[in-house]
Amino acid sequence: MAEMRSRPGGPPLHRFPGGLELPDNKAMATTTAIRTAPLPRELVVPLAQHIGDAAKSIAKIGQRVLRGEVIAQPEDAISVPVHSPTSGIVTAIEDRLIPHPSGLTARCVVIEPDGKDDAVEPQPLRDWKNAAPVEIRDHIRAAGIVGLGGAAFPTWVKLDARAPIERLILNGAECEPYISCDDMLMRERANDIVSGALIMLHALQAERCQLAIEDNKPEAEAALRDALATVDDERLELITVPSVYPEGGERQLIQVLTGQEVPHDGLPLDIGVICHNVATAAAVHRAAIHGETLISRVVTVTGRGVTQPANVEARIGTSFHDLIEFCGGYAEDVARLIMGGPMMGFAVSSDDIPLIKATNCILAGSATEAVPARVTLPCIRCGECAQVCPATLLPQTLYAFTRARDFEKVQAYDVFDCIECGCCDLVCPSQIPLVSHFRFAKTEIRGKEMERSKADLARQRFEFRQSRLQREADAQEGKRRRKQETLEKLKSSDSKKNEIQAALERARKKKEKQ
Amino acid sequence: MKFETSPAPHLKPPNTVGAVMRQVLYALVPATLAYVWFFGWGIVIQIIIATAFALAAETAMLLARDKPVRPFITDCSAIVTAVLLAWALPPTAPWWLAAIGVVFAIVFAKHLYGGLGYNLFNPAMAGYVVLLISFPQEMTQWLAPEMLVDGEHRMSFWQTLVTIFTGDFSSSVNVDAVTSATPLDYLRTQLANNRTILEIRQHPLFGDFGGKGWEWIANFLVLGGMWMMYKRVVRWQIPAGVLLGLGGMAFLFYALDPGSHASPGFHIFSGAAIFCAFFIATDPVSAATTEKGRFLYALGIGIFIYVIRTWGGYPGGVAFAVLLMNMAAPLIDHYTKPRTYGHARP
Repeated sequence: MAEMRSRPGGPPLHRFPGGLELPDNKAMATTTAIRTAPLPRELVVPLAQHIGDAAKSIAKIGQRVLRGEVIAQPEDAISVPVHSPTSGIVTAIEDRLIPHPSGLTARCVVIEPDGKDDAVEPQPLRDWKNAAPVEIRDHIRAAGIVGLGGAAFPTWVKLDARAPIERLILNGAECEPYISCDDMLMRERANDIVSGALIMLHALQAERCQLAIEDNKPEAEAALRDALATVDDERLELITVPSVYPEGGERQLIQVLTGQEVPHDGLPLDIGVICHNVATAAAVHRAAIHGETLISRVVTVTGRGVTQPANVEARIGTSFHDLIEFCGGYAEDVARLIMGGPMMGFAVSSDDIPLIKATNCILAGSATEAVPARVTLPCIRCGECAQVCPATLLPQTLYAFTRARDFEKVQAYDVFDCIECGCCDLVCPSQIPLVSHFRFAKTEIRGKEMERSKADLARQRFEFRQSRLQREADAQEGKRRRKQETLEKLKSSDSKKNEIQAALERARKKKEKQ
Repeated sequence: MKFETSPAPHLKPPNTVGAVMRQVLYALVPATLAYVWFFGWGIVIQIIIATAFALAAETAMLLARDKPVRPFITDCSAIVTAVLLAWALPPTAPWWLAAIGVVFAIVFAKHLYGGLGYNLFNPAMAGYVVLLISFPQEMTQWLAPEMLVDGEHRMSFWQTLVTIFTGDFSSSVNVDAVTSATPLDYLRTQLANNRTILEIRQHPLFGDFGGKGWEWIANFLVLGGMWMMYKRVVRWQIPAGVLLGLGGMAFLFYALDPGSHASPGFHIFSGAAIFCAFFIATDPVSAATTEKGRFLYALGIGIFIYVIRTWGGYPGGVAFAVLLMNMAAPLIDHYTKPRTYGHARP
């Protein structure tokens, strides 16, 4: 493994296998500072914006809610509350289109802003340095914070250090082309990020924190360096990593910084590492210091299909349509609307969908940039896919087994270790949609497993019922037998009575004789 | 506003099968020019004949199999098969030899196995072996390099064309003046006559490392191969494996007895070894597909080439070596699955 360094004299870096150097196309959205979107006429706030269970709505139709007021409460462990993004009237609680690859609808709270933007009393955690880690976690949970890098996993769960944490990694790699919201955030709010890092360190009781940033963001790097100089905490360290997609992938970044691999059936926690996005750290800072809940985020609105690409801070629930309008509207040759980046994002069928906590990028692609005219040919086994796979899989073999529907083999070739980064798809000369095949295989295998476990459950139930019936039958049999025995005993006691009677009779007769 | 959707990635794929195949053809251009320089126009005519028949056979098979013709013709894979087979033929071989070989390659070795991507065997080598077994005489009539032929006997383009289409040398040129044994053939027969390598190599057929003329063509093949590696059309594993397998075996025996075994350099620069290393064994469809597997696959080819050249019945072992290892490719793949990220090291 070739050794790199983040800078002369810096800590040694490692490589992850595969990956691609892609044209980053980030500059078009970074020419202006982060712009703040105005309050729209309507906000549509989905109740399930994170990985885990949906929160349960507690708002009533017609109710006036304030900015930061809880409108949905978590019911289960891996969940967070949802807050009203502004003050206004709840006009509906109904199923609306949400950002989803299949164009699904889901339960949303619809709020008509009243324009006043009145907020609930903020409840900061100013004395976090003396707070117990669990207090910080609860505070962050109550603020509705989830991972803002795109996966939207509830942040407080990843601040629960069930094992000793050696280092916290703040992920500012942002390796996917077009996306620049983290870049702009690091440029403009580096102090927030650093402050958030200190709070997270305390919550995790971790030894140190590494802020990782790809070397294509010199402005952000300089801003972070200044912010670090201000706090002057030796536990914090800025690390520049080379720009290779998908380095921002959690497992890849951990490999670059530590040289270690996260066990395939485990979590980063198992090797003493926790990874959070830089934007999440900024949100943690705002929640702890200012008592703000997660009701807005910075999103990159970009692509040649939009007139004025920019990074926009917008309220959760603002529609994609409003955001595009705010950025000058569509260009004439817009052809695709994508949530996320061009590699892992998904195309959506309508712009009438709300910004959610996980939306880091809205990519309006023109016909020439985002609509690949794919002519799919058979696999020629060239192996280019395996060369770029960061998980060292054999996509060509997985594809062959998927086509043959040999899902046992697909699983044996570790399809579940595929991170769906799309590198194999892009380099395939036969232009086969490989990741789509692997997703299909994963769903099939999961479905089969679910069926099997259902069948197992049914069998167990049946067996349980059989044994219960048997037990009941046995019990009845026992009862019957016992009854009979008593009856018999009773009978025998009857004969005793008769004997006594007879004896008495005899005695009486004797007396009569006398 | 409504939009159409499509699966990620939403970027233009930088590569196509057609581009890969065309790069293989470009890589052969310098060596083809060298071939013309040393052995005349025969190779060009053979390439044209083979390509014409390959395209006809490909189109017919695609129509018969109800496949779209355009994408599969423009992928250029049939042309690559044709050119590779033409390279394997003697430059003045009769036209029907190229035709039969390439039609067998396209129809039997490729399409009857399922077409592009599904052939178990390298089509060009399958076609070549059919010709070698069926028409041994025509397949072994090679030309002498032009520097060994008197000026008056050199074949013009027209004479070559006539020879190829009439199958008749005598009408235009003196056959004994222009044809000769290949260096590998000569080496074999002379070794059988108990002559030493040193004596054999005095013959004018031999150049500095390999056969005269051939060694220069090999140099240009290496050049094309290097360019393909730079372009990532082929990776290093297969060329390195073939050359190491062949060179390793040759070195072993040369070190034991240099008097009766040719040097590793001679083996590598003679016959089709270089051509095989960069252009034949690198056919991805019929090769192993894992990184480690490809190296082992190629190593096997190199070893078999030496074995067949030295102890086998045919002077050139490339085609048989490749076909033998084609058979082993699935097994090699099975045992060379790389360790997946996050899984225990074995």
